[in-house]
Amino acid sequence: MSFLDLDEFLFEVAEAVELVCSPLADGKEYPSGVDLCLIEGAVCNEDNLELARRIRARTRLVVSFGDCAVTGNVPALRNVLGAGNAADVLQCAYVEHAAPGGAVPPPDGIVPALLPRVLPLHAVIPVDHYLPGCPPSASRIKAFLAPLLAGGAPRLEGEQLKFG
Amino acid sequence: MASRIVIDPVTRIEGHAKISVFLDDHGNVSDAAFHVVEFRGFEKFCLGRPYTEMTGITPRICGICPVSHLLASAKAGDAIMAVSIPPAADKLRRLMNLGQIVQSHALSFFHLSAPDLLLGWDAPPADRNVFGLMASHRELARAGIRLRQFGQEVIEVLGGKRIHPAWAVPGGVRAPLGNEGRERLQAWLPEVFATVRATLALYRGTLPAREGESRVFGDFPSLFMGLVAPDGTWEHHGGRLRFTDAGGRIVADQIEPRDYRDVIAECAHPSSYLKSPYYRPLGPEAGMYRVGPLARLNICSRMGVPEADEELRRFRALGRGAVTSSFHYHYARLIEILAALEYIERALRDPDLGSAELRADAGINSRRGVGASEAPRGTLFHDYSVDANGLLTGVNLIVATGQNNLAMNRTVAQIARHFVTGGRITEPMLNRIEHGIRCFDPCLSCSTHAVGHMALHVTLLDADGKVRHEAWRD
Repeated sequence: MSFLDLDEFLFEVAEAVELVCSPLADGKEYPSGVDLCLIEGAVCNEDNLELARRIRARTRLVVSFGDCAVTGNVPALRNVLGAGNAADVLQCAYVEHAAPGGAVPPPDGIVPALLPRVLPLHAVIPVDHYLPGCPPSASRIKAFLAPLLAGGAPRLEGEQLKFG
Repeated sequence: MASRIVIDPVTRIEGHAKISVFLDDHGNVSDAAFHVVEFRGFEKFCLGRPYTEMTGITPRICGICPVSHLLASAKAGDAIMAVSIPPAADKLRRLMNLGQIVQSHALSFFHLSAPDLLLGWDAPPADRNVFGLMASHRELARAGIRLRQFGQEVIEVLGGKRIHPAWAVPGGVRAPLGNEGRERLQAWLPEVFATVRATLALYRGTLPAREGESRVFGDFPSLFMGLVAPDGTWEHHGGRLRFTDAGGRIVADQIEPRDYRDVIAECAHPSSYLKSPYYRPLGPEAGMYRVGPLARLNICSRMGVPEADEELRRFRALGRGAVTSSFHYHYARLIEILAALEYIERALRDPDLGSAELRADAGINSRRGVGASEAPRGTLFHDYSVDANGLLTGVNLIVATGQNNLAMNRTVAQIARHFVTGGRITEPMLNRIEHGIRCFDPCLSCSTHAVGHMALHVTLLDADGKVRHEAWRD
């Protein structure tokens, strides 16, 4: 959502790129031959993992976008619960905090299984660039994207390289 | 042959979801279901942490309504300390919540739903997004983007950043409104008022042509719930709970948010893991309720600000008693933007917002604290239990989207049944089904990062629909 904080810079982005896949757009399939993909979020479940791999195979430049993708951040707090944390958090939500007879949603091919540990993006696929921040501010995203759109390489330093 | 069609992923919503449409032997829709596919487990991994950390952690549930979690969390903290916060702090929190209503509603309308409403259901999928809108309706898109920017600016002026500001804390807030920020916002107001007035006029003009659509986009009777002021005026942060019915009659009123478990229970269906909250005294069938903009406009006696009150009168003409079509969440959202701007204009004139008295301090004076606030998409509850040292022993977050779950399922099924016949499914049909979800502007990150803990009623039915077994948990 921080991406939308680019506000009117979005018009310049729109002129420079063809948006092929995004939560903001309706393309359901990630196509081949993509130049750039910004991936936000930690890798938490089987769907995330599969999508990350598919994106890597079909994309020239992959950016780990935001602290959750870069470090795991808040979603990775469940890793602290140790082995079996995935089962523990589901048990807590769907059984302890739920009905008599409550149960964890079963694997049905629709709801993806949680991974044993929440992982940062670079732990599952090679990443070309990192853009930290929770979330990265619009000015940081702009400082990152502007050189890329101009055909150069992004370079963040100092204030622009902080977490949080 | 009976079959299942899966829409994966549902796009132009906040969060990750799929929709299943079930077809019978004749290719007609027998049912549809909405699946939320992310899960984090906040209620488990927060245990043992100090309750004061929750204003920092819980906003990370979501990037679209972090302020809702920030404020509900701070209020739960106020209750644990058993303090009344300084009046200026309450006014400042309200101002931030208004900024969030503006930005989140503008996002829902302009960035996510307007491509359907203005470009059409049947527009090519590649164009049906905010960038397509920027190409075809350049000025409207720019105005919408700037309207959202204004809401984000209110948040940034107060909290120092637009998303996840560390500003509200148990006992109050950390900083007042500075003069420079106040003047900047005041100078911007005429433009955003003009945007919302023009958008309302445009949108109102399209309503007669949408009458047929509105009857199949989730039009059914239900209760409505939200916060109202003591005199019934529209509320977004303080106040108490009110329930009204599909005829617009008040069913329950002025219920303290901390007593939510007395009025809200959940039922589980044996055939599904979807849990559905309902108004407890009426049971799971008659007690289904909706929350969010549509509900808030249905339950309130007035908006409390002149332009939005005028618009509320027009809105009310769409229903008898209550407006029951989920399609009208869009219109309600626009009216709430107008109301929020009027309240922001009023607040910015209040000298109290520059006060230095902003924070009460105290130890642990209550082992349980409940904080409620109206998130853009409906009533949010944070319910914490702590030990003598303030370490969390229980965390329950009841989020708006969870409360709308049953209504969202009913909406997608209604749309699917209407548009899908003879087993022939086209992309525009699927887009209409997805739009049923967009009407509610659900925040799916929130809905499964946090699973509620409420009184629960399980009914086991046999094939004839007779009740075989019932169980209760309080």
